[in-house]
Amino acid sequence: MKHLILTTALLLSAPAAFACEAVTVGDLTIQHAWSKATIGADRPAAFYVGITNSGSSDDALVGISTPAAGMSMLHETVVTDGVASMPHAMRVPVPAGQTVQLAPGGYHGMLMVLTAALKEGDRFPVTLTFEKAGEVTTDVDVLPLRSEGPDCADAGQ
Amino acid sequence: MLGLGAWRARNRPAANAVLPLPIGEMGWQLTDHRGRTVRPADWLGRPAMVFFGFTWCPDVCPTTLSAISGWLEELGTEADRLIVALISVDPERDTPEVLADYVGNFDPRIVGLTGPKAQIARAADDFRVIYRKVPRDDGDYTMDHTAGVFLFHADGRFANIVDFHEDRRFAVPKIRRTLS
Ligand SMILES: [Cu+2]
Repeated sequence: MKHLILTTALLLSAPAAFACEAVTVGDLTIQHAWSKATIGADRPAAFYVGITNSGSSDDALVGISTPAAGMSMLHETVVTDGVASMPHAMRVPVPAGQTVQLAPGGYHGMLMVLTAALKEGDRFPVTLTFEKAGEVTTDVDVLPLRSEGPDCADAGQ
Repeated sequence: MLGLGAWRARNRPAANAVLPLPIGEMGWQLTDHRGRTVRPADWLGRPAMVFFGFTWCPDVCPTTLSAISGWLEELGTEADRLIVALISVDPERDTPEVLADYVGNFDPRIVGLTGPKAQIARAADDFRVIYRKVPRDDGDYTMDHTAGVFLFHADGRFANIVDFHEDRRFAVPKIRRTLS
């Protein structure tokens, strides 16, 4: 009971609550869309999201766009011989029956030439383009720079 | 590549080319995010945790800083003796003021260090760190850099590396062994 009250209180107060909502397109469910706050508008931002494919055929995320940035693309952070780099990812596979995370240290949307700094508590739309399922737009919650992801009750992280 | 070039120019013995030098044998001089000069000798007598990064970095660096902040919180006051330093590989943009804005978002024990390009190159050599400037599609640039976190004993001897994707369950005991 105590736990339940605590959870409810957190949900009411947490600005991250919207990141826990899901949007769907075809067999795909898009959830936990978030970004880290930026210091000023000169720096790039990273966009993270979870994509679940409940269908029986593979799909792939092939692009993102948002009015919050002049240029958006998919990146993958890779560590080779201890050195981190983030090459452009042409496509992020979303295999049938699996959940793929764009998450810190791996795949991410790279938002460049921001129209304004991303401030904690802000929300902005991002449109995801899939090879088969087509386009879908989700709202993105801006969490603190230190955040490791939205705190959702279903522990989808 | 800058770091590597300077390394070759000084032609040090290649035997330990992959491991950082002991802190006492390092030769850099940098400025912290509060504007104070820091030299390797200032760290001797305390264990140290050092990593490289830059504040324009959207993914790797905030992820590392979040992880380190989590480790420090788990260690609590045990980690108060620990030197925790982020050395910028992007001194063109990362002035002490810029670093101050950035590290202020994480555990207050984390210190940001920057300096002239030659001193950054020297530090990278001493830690055996690689970094290079990479042009971005929007005309700006990003930096590739060694992502591991280096641990040193209080006497300056190199102790261990926490790799970028290493789990907290392994990272915290590694740090604890360096503290004891
Ligand atoms: Cu990127």
